[in-house]
Order: sequence, then structure tokens, then C-alpha cells
Amino acid sequence: MRGFRSHNRPPGLVPGSTGPRVVASRFLPFTLRRSGPRHKAGVTIVVGMTLALTASAFADSKLPPADLAHTQLADPTQETRAKALMDTLRCLVCQGQSIADSDADMAGDMRALVRQRIAAGESPGEVRKWLVQRYGDYVTYDPPLSWVTAPLWLAPLVLLGIGILIARRNFARRKP
Amino acid sequence: MRRVLIWAPLALFALVFALVAGGLIRPGDRTVHSAMVGKPLPALVLPALLPGKPGVSTAELKGKPRLLNVFASWCLPCIAEAPQLMKLKEAGVEIDGIAIRDTSEAVQAFLARNGDPYTRIGDDKVSRAQLALGSSGVPETFVINAEGRIAYQHIGDIREEHVAELLAQLEKAK
Amino acid sequence: MIAEAGLAALWLAAAFALVQLMLAWGAARNGENPNVGMLMTALRRTALVQGLLALLSFALLIALFVRSDMSVVLVATNSHSLKPMIYKVAGAWGNHEGSMLLWVTVLAISGAGVAAFERRLASATLAATLGAQAAIGLGFYAFLAFASNPFVRLNPAAPDGQGLNPLLQDPGLAFHPPTLYLGYVGLSVAFSFAVGALVMRDVGPAFARAMRPWVLAAWIFLTVGITAGSYWAYYELGWGGWWFWDPVENASLMPWLAATALLHSVTVLATRDGLRAWTLMLALVAFAMSMIGTFLVRSGILVSVHAFAVDPTRGTFILALLGIYIGGALALFGARVGTVTQGSTFQLVSREGALVLNNLLLSVVLGVVFIGTLYPLAAQAAGVQLSIGAPFFNKALVPVALALVAATAAGPLLRWRRDNMNALAKRVLIPTAAAGLAFAILFALAGGAHFVPVLGIAFAVGLGVASVVPVVRRNLRRTPLYVWGMVIAHLGVAVSIAGMAADSAFKTERLAAIQVGQNVTVGPFRVTLAEVRPQIGPNWSALEARLQVRRGDGKMFELFPQQRFFSTPPTNTNEAAISTLLDGQLYTVLGQGDDQGRWQIRLWWKPFVTLIWLGGALIALGGLLALIGRVRRERRADAEAWA
Repeated sequence: MRGFRSHNRPPGLVPGSTGPRVVASRFLPFTLRRSGPRHKAGVTIVVGMTLALTASAFADSKLPPADLAHTQLADPTQETRAKALMDTLRCLVCQGQSIADSDADMAGDMRALVRQRIAAGESPGEVRKWLVQRYGDYVTYDPPLSWVTAPLWLAPLVLLGIGILIARRNFARRKP
Repeated sequence: MRRVLIWAPLALFALVFALVAGGLIRPGDRTVHSAMVGKPLPALVLPALLPGKPGVSTAELKGKPRLLNVFASWCLPCIAEAPQLMKLKEAGVEIDGIAIRDTSEAVQAFLARNGDPYTRIGDDKVSRAQLALGSSGVPETFVINAEGRIAYQHIGDIREEHVAELLAQLEKAK
Repeated sequence: MIAEAGLAALWLAAAFALVQLMLAWGAARNGENPNVGMLMTALRRTALVQGLLALLSFALLIALFVRSDMSVVLVATNSHSLKPMIYKVAGAWGNHEGSMLLWVTVLAISGAGVAAFERRLASATLAATLGAQAAIGLGFYAFLAFASNPFVRLNPAAPDGQGLNPLLQDPGLAFHPPTLYLGYVGLSVAFSFAVGALVMRDVGPAFARAMRPWVLAAWIFLTVGITAGSYWAYYELGWGGWWFWDPVENASLMPWLAATALLHSVTVLATRDGLRAWTLMLALVAFAMSMIGTFLVRSGILVSVHAFAVDPTRGTFILALLGIYIGGALALFGARVGTVTQGSTFQLVSREGALVLNNLLLSVVLGVVFIGTLYPLAAQAAGVQLSIGAPFFNKALVPVALALVAATAAGPLLRWRRDNMNALAKRVLIPTAAAGLAFAILFALAGGAHFVPVLGIAFAVGLGVASVVPVVRRNLRRTPLYVWGMVIAHLGVAVSIAGMAADSAFKTERLAAIQVGQNVTVGPFRVTLAEVRPQIGPNWSALEARLQVRRGDGKMFELFPQQRFFSTPPTNTNEAAISTLLDGQLYTVLGQGDDQGRWQIRLWWKPFVTLIWLGGALIALGGLLALIGRVRRERRADAEAWA
């Protein structure tokens, strides 16, 4: 139960970045709910050093996680494929995590979706495409090849080329 | 050539500086928007959550512009937007709801406390419909046009100042 | 009283920095003046006092935390009287203002160190260096004094604090920031040396030899900081990952890459008087990366789990400082480097050639990481939302990394100045054969599914064998310490890469929801859930599972993963239970329970994963040996020169 990483609040060195009040229940609040209700800014950003505890704007969805959120598929090959895909899909309500690394409810639901579709026979590429159709390229950690991302993908080669050009100047022009 | 190489780092730094300064001055929009705006509503059939209130079947959502509201009883901003939704309903707008990760009792209590603007309420226990719509949290409201396409997405709770915009979008969606 | 004294010490340190700058200006300009000796003495002493004052200011901040003085805003928002003492102290730097104070303290102390220990550099150049260091300090003192004052009072005082983020209440993480800062900010010395050398047009072996120990020291701290940070994230965050290509992680990696390249480049300059321009540029880039990293983490322009929450005005202040310092230094480079003569040249196939290749490849990695980290920002400017993560970085960097491993293996086996491919081929025969053998065996075992990791392990084996070749058949006692340093550091690289590849290829994961009494298999282990019971700690309560683990017919051992609940601030954390064995780690996590009495258990069997951090430790150890070796050598050379 990764309280922090899965949620909107930066867990880093933020003073007083308190989570919402923990909702007491018989089973204890395992997750600090931050993946649901929306703040104005969508992502909670604590500005400056706020002394006031941020008022709890969230409460828990008391429903359990989806079936396939925390259960592996029976077929190991499918599970490997699903896991590899989950590692490259972004959790939409977290501060920079994949859905495989997050405790947020929505991340769990996305994992369940991925597993269900892979089990039904879809390829990882198809599942990724489905999600990109819904959320844009933001949801995938593997940027597509397009005009916008061409400089990114070409960068290693370009840098290598420039580097070689620069390095050539270091070498003796003629054999001694 | 040497001159180019010598001054290139400074030029690159200036570029990076400009980029980063831009990022500071005009911080990017961190909300995740749905990429389904402009596309037809995905085919969804959600069971009814409450007795007496039909579930949501997207095939039925056409003919006239309407609002599709993604909400939950455990969502506090949803309480804040309830009055606005009631106002919209009184203005004649048909509002359908999808309850995310919710139970019948909780939703009934929520509606009893905050008013019930919904013609239909669909049960989405594992966010499947939410994911299909490209919604990334609650509350969100979608304007569906007469042909059953998603015309507009409003992210976050609906405030007084947003009501006019929503009505205008509904007008456009005829 | 203490808070006011701390602020006063800070202001005084800034005043001394100003004096230091002025004295340096005077001493550098009047290098021939016989009175410059007095100026230099005054300059050195000023630098020392500045360092001590900054240290005093930081010590006073720590004192405030130790005393839990809730009348200071910083203490009230980051500490709590019930906190264990070690975390009270760590709370001093576990926030923006405190960590910035640590930043300038390390900056000032480094300057003081240069003033105290540097004896051989020409006076004027040393003066210019100390001046540069003071100039950097002034900007950051101003930032602290005007935009990030750690000593602001709270009136009326809070009854108690809001507590320190529970994720930071961990011994590893308590010391991670100071280690990293010593690394980041230690690179400022290299930057100042480079600026000083450019200003005085004095770039040569003396400058390189003066700079080298500082670069080594800073690099060692960075290596330790990054390795420790990675291991902390691995055991604390509960999912078994150890690197996420998060912007803040990248921000710590980039100075390390530049410093590694600088480290190698400075040796060429020191011993062969080659690569002058490269060394200068790398020295500037390394600290520039540190500063850019500091900015990125605190500005809020990139989304990261590690980011401080700082308001944009502070971000703008740091950005302005960046513009002045980096822009100024790069402009100076452009203006002056043309007058810095070329230095000696060498053949392509030579140790220098390998080091140039090393510089080149490390710079490519640095460039790719930099572009990958900032690209989402650029795309945003174009209206597109992108996410760039492991898929991109792995695809882009693995080929370059493999080439780098090959260069690291071949480099130490090449002669300086001039060598030939045949001789090299003979020397790399054994390492290549070892690599080929490793590849064949692993490929046969693991199959094509894990081609790239198997290739990685093979390369690592080759590097491992190649790195010990320089000490094979050599009189071990007479081998200089810095050669041992090189051998161990390169061996560490091989070990680390082997660990990364093994983890990526061979780890097994099991997620299960089981009731008490049931068991689950992962890898060669059978894990039974014996019970789940509550536990109490100093400032937390927890649910703890007792897992009984058996490997084949071996002895049973127990593991106790926990879910912890803290009250100030109210959060919960996962405490994974990890069993470290000779051939890997068993990593166990307790998840949620459901209303049918089943508990989620997450299990991983990670063969040889500890090699990753063991390798990092070896790299740092190698660096330390090299540092000691170099320093001792210089001391001996000095003694002989003066004898």
C-alpha cells in the first residue's frame, strides 16, 4: 500500500503536505484516496509552506479493487505481456508513475482493463492504442513516432554525429 | 566551424532557458483531457444502480443534446456542483449520470441530500465506462450532441460561472 | 535567539563572500604586484571564514530542530516533538529552505577547502577561482535571504509540529540529501576552477591537477548518493523498482554523467596536456547540470513524485541565477577558449582516443537524458501532452551503454599516445572470449526472450575480466593506489550492469490474495501466510504479516512485511520485508485485506539484484582509492620538490 507514490500529492520533501484525513473503517484505511475527486487544478499542488492542513477534499471509494487489479492472469505468457504493458502506461491521477507501480484505485482499474483485454486475446499494441484514443499520448510512456517526437527519437543519432565531429578534431592530422 | 562549436553551448543554453522560462511563466495545463471529444460516444451499457432509475445505454443517448455527468457519492466536489446540476435540469436539460465505484445505498443517500437531477444512472463499479470516455476523475460532465457525439468536456465541478458555458455548448450541439 | 543568530551568520557569510570577491578581483588583476602576497593571504582567510560562518548558520538550524523550537516556521511545519532524534536532525534538510541552506553551506565549505589546501596553482588563477566561487555564493545567499529564509519566526509559536513526512523517516533517506549535495555542490569547485582558468588564460596540467581531487571527491559522493537513493526507493516504495526515469532522478544522474566524463578528461589534461577544451566544457557543464537540477526540482515545471512544492517566484529567482552563472560561464568559454592552445595530440588508437570516445559516449547519454527529461515541456509549448519514460530511455540508451562498456573495457588496455589495433586485439582476447562464453551459456539457458539482458550480462562479464587485466601479472604491492582505484571502479560498473540485466531478465513476480494458512509459490520459494497482527511503533501503528518461507527442502525462515499508519501527518507506508540471499532477494509486501479474510500478498524473487548497488559501492570505493592515491602522490611529489 504505497500511500504516497500513487497519489496526487508529492511525497517528496514537502513539509506539511498532509494527506486527506484518513477515513477510519473496520479494515483501516489502506489507501489515501486521492485518485478520484477533482481539485480545481486536477493535481494538488501545495504552494509554499502552508501551515493549514489541506482540508480533506477526498473521501474513500469504499469499493474493493477490481478483480484483475491485483491478480495475475492464469497464462504466464499473457501475464508477462500484460505486465510489460502496464509498466509503460501512465497512471493518470499520480505524480509520474506507471499503473504497475501505483496503489490508486484508477490505476488498479486500468490494470484490470489491461489484463482483461490481453486475456481476451488483444495484443499489447491494441490495448495501448485503445487507451491513447481515450487519453492522448499522455497515457503512454512510450512516445509514438510522429512529427512532434521526431527530434526526440533522432536525438541519440544526432548527438552521436555531432560528438564524432567534435572528437575528430582531437586526433593528429597526419601519422607521426 | 570552430566558432560554431565554441558558441553552440551558449546558444543551446539560451534555447533551454527560453523553454524553461516559458514553462514557468505559463505553466502547462496539468489536467488530463479526454481525447474522445468530437468522437461518437463509445458503446456502453451500464446496469441500473437504483431501483426505479434506468441504467445508461449509450444507444439511447441521442436525439437531443444532453449532459452526461460522471460522479460519485464519495466525491466532495460533486456535492458542490449539485445545485448547478439542479439548475440545469430546471432549465430543461436532460442529465444522465454514471456513478463511479459506488453502491446503491450511498448514491440514494447522496441524491436524497443533494437533489436528483438524473434521468438515468449507470453503475460503473470498476471505472470501465470512465476509462472508455477518457475521463480521469470525478466530477466531469460531457455535453453529448443530438447525433450521440461527445461535443464538449467540462472537468471538475460545475460552478455558477460555468452554467452559461454549458448551456451555450448545448445550444451548439443541436 | 538561535534563529536570529543563524540568520545573522548567514548574512555575515554573504558579506564575507562579497569581500572575497573583491579581494579576488584585486589579487587576480595584480598578479605581478609584489604586494599580492598579502592580498592572497587575506583572500584565503576570508574564504575560510565564509565557510565557517555558513557552517555555523546550518549548525544553528539543526540546533533549532534538535530543540524542537516551534516558534520557527520551518520547525513547526517539518518536525514534531515525538520524532526520534535522528529524524529531527534530518528534518533540517528535509525541506526546501533547509536544503538550500545546506547547499550554500557546502558551496562555502568547498571554497574554504580550496583556499586551505591548494598550494601549487598560480596565485592569480587561484584568486580567480576563489572569486568565481564567491560570486556563485552571493547569488544563492541572496536567494536564501530574500526568498527562502529558513529562520522565519512563527508568532505565536505552534503547540507542536506537523511532523516529518513518514517516507523520510528512514535512516537511508535521512542521509541521502547531504551526500547528494556534497556531490552536486562539490562540482562547483570544478566550475570555479574552469572559470578561473578561462579568466586568467591558464589552462594546463597544473590546473587539471588542482581540480582533480575535488572532482573525484564530489563524484564519489554523487555515486554514493545516487546508489543509496536507488536502493532506498527500491525497498521503501513497495513495488521492487529501483529507477524510474523520474525528472528528479534524472536531475541527479546528469551531473554524475558529466562528472564521470570530467574525471577521465582531467586525467588526460593532467598527464598529457590534452583535451583542454573538453575538460573546461565538462567542468562547466557538470555544475551547470547541478544547478539546473536544483532548479527543476524546486520550480514545479516538471511533474515528479520527488519535487518540492515551491511557488513560481522562487523558481524564477533560481532561473535568473542560472541565466547569469551558466550563461556567463558559457559566454566566457566562447570568448576565451580560442586563445587556449590546443595541447598535445594523439592517435586515434590510444588511451587518449579511448578516453575521447568515453567522453563522447557519456556526453551522448547526458544529452539524451537531458532531452528526454525536458521534451515534455517543449511538447507542451507546442500544445501536445507527452509522457516519456523507460521505453524511450531504454531504447535510446542501451546501445550507447553497451558501446560505453566496450570502451571501458578496452581503454585501460591501451597505451598512451600511440597504440595499434593488433596489439589491442591480443590484449582483449581473453575478455572477449569470456564474454562470448557467458553469452553462449546464458543464451542457451534463457533463450531468445531475454536477448538484450543476456547481451548486457555478457558485456559486463567482458568488462569485469578486462578491468582486472591491468593488475594481473603485476607486482601487486607496487601497483599505485590509483590503478587499483581504476580497476575496482570499472569492476563495479561491470557488476552493476550485470545486476541490472539480471533483474530485468530473471525476476519473477507473484500477486495473490490468500487467507491465513494458505501458501503461494514464487521462484524456488513456498511462502505461507501464518498470521496478520497489529504492531505499534514510536509514532506509528501497523498491520504486520508473518510469512513463513521455505526454499525447496531448506530451513524455514520468516519475513514480516508491514503496512504502517502514521498520524502526523496522517499517511500510510509500506514496509517491504526483504530477505537477502547469496543469489538474490526475496521481496515481500502486504497489501489490502478484503471482507472475505483474504490478504493481498505481493512477492518478487529477484536473482542477483543486489549486484546493482554492490556495483555502485564498488565504483565509489574505486574512486576513493584513486583519490587517496592521487593525493598521496601529490604530497610525496611536493615533499620531494621541497626536499
